[in-house]
Amino acid sequence: MESLAESLPIRLTITSQIQQIAQEQGRTLVPLTDDLALLESGLDSLCFAILVARLEDLMGFDPFTSSDVSHYPVTLGDFISFYKNAAK
Amino acid sequence: MPPSDVTSLRDYLGATPHCLNHFLWSPTSSIALGELVHGSTLGDKLPMLSGRSVLITTRDQLTTALTLIELDGVVRRLTLCPPDLRYEYLPSLIAKADIDAIVSDNDMEHHGLGIPLLVKCALEIGPRVEIRLDRTPTEWVLLTSGTTGLPKMVVHSLASLTAAIKTSKTESPPVWGTFYDIRRYGGLQILFRTILGGGSFVLSSVAELLGQYLVRLGANRATHILGTPSHWRRALMSPAARVISPQYVRLSGEIADQAILDSLRLFYPQARIAHAFASTEAGVAFEVDDGFEGFPAKIVGPRSGNVELKVDDLSLRVRSPGTASGYVGREDSVLADDEGFVDTGDIVELRGNRYYFLGRRGGVINVGGFKIHPEEVEVVINRHPAVQMSSVRSRKNPITGSIVVADVVLKAEYCSGTNVSSAGVKEEILRICRDLLPQHKVPALLNFVPDLDLGAAGKLARHA
Repeated sequence: MESLAESLPIRLTITSQIQQIAQEQGRTLVPLTDDLALLESGLDSLCFAILVARLEDLMGFDPFTSSDVSHYPVTLGDFISFYKNAAK
Repeated sequence: MPPSDVTSLRDYLGATPHCLNHFLWSPTSSIALGELVHGSTLGDKLPMLSGRSVLITTRDQLTTALTLIELDGVVRRLTLCPPDLRYEYLPSLIAKADIDAIVSDNDMEHHGLGIPLLVKCALEIGPRVEIRLDRTPTEWVLLTSGTTGLPKMVVHSLASLTAAIKTSKTESPPVWGTFYDIRRYGGLQILFRTILGGGSFVLSSVAELLGQYLVRLGANRATHILGTPSHWRRALMSPAARVISPQYVRLSGEIADQAILDSLRLFYPQARIAHAFASTEAGVAFEVDDGFEGFPAKIVGPRSGNVELKVDDLSLRVRSPGTASGYVGREDSVLADDEGFVDTGDIVELRGNRYYFLGRRGGVINVGGFKIHPEEVEVVINRHPAVQMSSVRSRKNPITGSIVVADVVLKAEYCSGTNVSSAGVKEEILRICRDLLPQHKVPALLNFVPDLDLGAAGKLARHA
């Protein structure tokens, strides 16, 4: 179990980027909770494409292109875990 | 007209009056064109080259020019090697074009290529050896500036290469200048215009910085200056842009957007600003000088003139006497269709009574199934007054396949400030993009960069 302090930067980075992209793209977001389905967040696939590219630039990796991806994240909680796991 | 039915470059030169007052200038030398009418740079080596397939690998543009004038009408085939050609491509080009002689101003690099005749030339004019040589219509082979792989070898004749040149004798003959290299189509056109039309030509050099070339253009009072839009954006960044005062500025080889046309008009108010469409395969198709990007729709369709344009399957097609006749060693690839039209691969869109260039057929970025031409995004980015030039590229993305990324060079006066101001500029550029482009065409990422890579042909380097 990782500590809150360790996971916070990734979580914060992701949620702040989501908010920034939504604002840029003129999207209205629903409240960002862990069980929120990504497809219902208010972002479209282009927004997610931008999100993944910016996160790659900020964190230095893109978990979607690593070879051992077994399933894509469905909820925001999955998405954050996906990045946390890749960062380990 | 000369007694023979083969008209060569030297015949044109001999027919031009006052050509002792017309010069070719390099950074270090000058040659009066008239010296070549009775002089020779190849001397007693010229007869050895008669009837052969010759590759020119000279480094110096002035030496190249002298050699071309002397070899036209004497050799069977003349292949021009651009200065940036990768050495590893040479054996393949030599085999395809049946090259059996190389003319070069350096003798170090061609041993081991198995060519029976290596002729060294230099920037010297000696007496012409008066031996009667069989005259032959020389086949000219120009290499395309493809971004990757072996360049295509495009076959022209002197007639097709000079088809677009109208000679009108004026009181003050032009002084030509171009950022293009004369071993490529655009630069060679200027050499031929100089020879056929009477005038002088300030040749550039690969060893010279753009600012130094502008200073020489100014010193030689160049009146007609040509380059790609990227060349001109670079030129306007140089302090030496003020030392030239051209009467005629021409852009070709890339899309001339409204921003660069407007900038040039402001910078050189005395000049006629024109943008032209030409390619190695299609030849010179048209020139537009009404100050607006794109071209009038009325020039498309059957015309009485020499050049005929049509738009088919979104792309511009050209048929004219300036069109190349084919490719060397590529019988499988077709240069023109059954009716003689060359597909330029440039995608155009009709808006109102004008066509606008969207980009290259092959250069499309696919964002989740939406097709985007990098150039149509660059045109919008370049509208921001702080932008000097921009390059839009594709970046792989696991969600949509690709996303649009823009690299932007800001004008000098916007770079000196803090990052805070450039952040503001970034937001403004993206706002213009969002206002004018559909969502998928707006750059997902926008980076400020100090400079952009221009390929040897002066076009923005595009990577597939």
